[in-house]
Amino acid sequence: MAAVASCGSGAGSTGSAVATASKSNVTSFQRRGPRASGTNDSGPRLVSIAGTRPSVRNGQLLVSTGLPALDQLLGGGLAIGTVLLIEEDKYNIYSPLLFKCFLAEGIVNGHTLLVASAKEDPANILQELPAPLLDDNSKKEFDEDVYNHKTPESNIKMKIAWRYQLLPKMEIGPVSSRFGHYYDASKRIPQELIEASNWHGFFLPEKISSTLKVEPCSLTPGYIKLLQFIQNIISEEGFDGSNPQKKQRNVLRIGIQNLGSPLWGDDICCAENGSNSHSLTKFLYVLRGLLRTSLSACIITMPTHLIQNKAIIARVTNLSDIVIGLESFIGSERETNPLYKDYHGLIHIRQIPRLNNLICDESDVKDLAFKLKRKLFTIERLHLPPDLSDTVSRSSKQDLAESTKRLGPGCGMMAGGKKHLDF
Amino acid sequence: MFVELNNLLNTTPDRAEQGKLTLLCDAKTDGSFLVHHFLSFYLKGMGRIDAGVNLTVARERGQLVFLEGLKSAVDVFFQTQEEPHPLQFLREANAGNLKPLFEFVREALKPVDGGEARWTYPVLLVDDLSVLLSLGVGAVAVLDFIHYCRATVCWELKGNMVILVHDSGDVEDEENDILLNGVSHQSHLILRAEGLATGFCRDVHGQLRILWRRPSQPTAQRDQSLTYQYKIQDKSVSFFAKGMSPAVL
Repeated sequence: MAAVASCGSGAGSTGSAVATASKSNVTSFQRRGPRASGTNDSGPRLVSIAGTRPSVRNGQLLVSTGLPALDQLLGGGLAIGTVLLIEEDKYNIYSPLLFKCFLAEGIVNGHTLLVASAKEDPANILQELPAPLLDDNSKKEFDEDVYNHKTPESNIKMKIAWRYQLLPKMEIGPVSSRFGHYYDASKRIPQELIEASNWHGFFLPEKISSTLKVEPCSLTPGYIKLLQFIQNIISEEGFDGSNPQKKQRNVLRIGIQNLGSPLWGDDICCAENGSNSHSLTKFLYVLRGLLRTSLSACIITMPTHLIQNKAIIARVTNLSDIVIGLESFIGSERETNPLYKDYHGLIHIRQIPRLNNLICDESDVKDLAFKLKRKLFTIERLHLPPDLSDTVSRSSKQDLAESTKRLGPGCGMMAGGKKHLDF
Repeated sequence: MFVELNNLLNTTPDRAEQGKLTLLCDAKTDGSFLVHHFLSFYLKGMGRIDAGVNLTVARERGQLVFLEGLKSAVDVFFQTQEEPHPLQFLREANAGNLKPLFEFVREALKPVDGGEARWTYPVLLVDDLSVLLSLGVGAVAVLDFIHYCRATVCWELKGNMVILVHDSGDVEDEENDILLNGVSHQSHLILRAEGLATGFCRDVHGQLRILWRRPSQPTAQRDQSLTYQYKIQDKSVSFFAKGMSPAVL
């Protein structure tokens, strides 16, 4: 488990919260983690990276997705070296919010960002990131810390306290004060934070204008350019351990928006058997290869509801590590369903990886819904409302019974039939 | 290696049959625990491991040759290679054949002349053949590759092969279906891990169907088939008959 080894060797350094959580015996599957310069440690020893923590289950290094409730569902967070694929909701209203929370978490933790989009300029995307929720008392300290960010020593411990505004209904275990923050969707992130952060943007229309000199291969030019860009950043900034002189290790958070849409030059959303039908899957494969050998984590949003060939969706799912689907109620018949009246949509966790382990932290609850309140995006367990009154009319009971049939399997409630039995 | 699965399959590492092709198939669930089982099963069968199975040690001793697709893919993609690389097809527009990959396999499994034999018989373990389809190789090319490997490994070198293929289930992936059917007709043993038809359950993770076949002879006798349900735990997998999960009883 080289990923933990790189972090574990720094256990002796000052203030490191990361203990060697890895098991000493080698499990039978070894994850090829990022190869740090473990051998010649004459330089500064490794310090724990801000905003990461080891998983309790398998010792993999995790970063927060920006939504503590989602972290809990994924077994603690997103493992470094893995890909989180978000299947966009139909009108692309809520998936950008998850995307932005992920990036905002990176800024708050001081990680390096790489934002790729074919639709919006990454600089604009960063302007629209949600603001982290702060405690009023520590806001002054926070401002000071931001201005001190430029000095290399002090940016590891940023004292940002959050407050629980509305506790989500999911049970959340104790969250470390440096892992996972709450974000206010109605406010923008302070400009100073953006300026203090290190980010790289890839805006497709700008990059594609230069002539492309690469031998023909079945990837679309946009994907090739993006892969080369990512690989450049990884090797130049030493995320793959190639530059041992760097004082401290950092995590690269990659965010790719609307991958697979026609704006990227891909036609899987337009035609069923296009000429480039393997372009996206090849891209994902090579991207995962890049991630596995570097200290980075990636979030991708993809409009899978537009992909014409369903087999490609299955292949894309197999090629990604974590897959989450968002289904919003807007425009569907569920919008008026009384069962769902408090929520904006359902969230489906379609796949969780088993890294270095036979089992994964699958949540028992499969019926999860999300809602975007005025400020917060919360994920809650969906359950039937209690039927307490004696004089509930028969028609509403029928509606509920119909609604229960649409719930996914795994809901522990009894699904009532059409007839309502009175006892 | 899961002892319970060995009992169900009626094998032990030291007296495993040779020249066999085993197909692992998963539908709507993750079949990687089966790959884990066979990997440790065959490594144990090499006879020289003391306690447990340690992949690093095996690799150092030359008993395990590992082609890591992801890492090689990155190398192939970003650097121009002079000599043919096993994953050459990634650079090609129309993926031709998997010949370089086969050459690599053949080289790796060739018994070393003179000196100590590395292993009694070679085993080729392919984790996830379906990924090759995602990378643009046609189903026929993949079947050709498997055929060549089988001729070399099973017949010539008297070794075994274990292949994992994903079953797409109700999603219509024609290429994958062709591949799955083609390989299942050539295999001696099929292990199929499926998710439960009724959905997710905490105590029973899935169902395993075991099918013994005789591909060379026509179906004069009926193939034997067994079905079990399983639950995956931290370090092992427990198997039980259908409906006999300890949680239910």
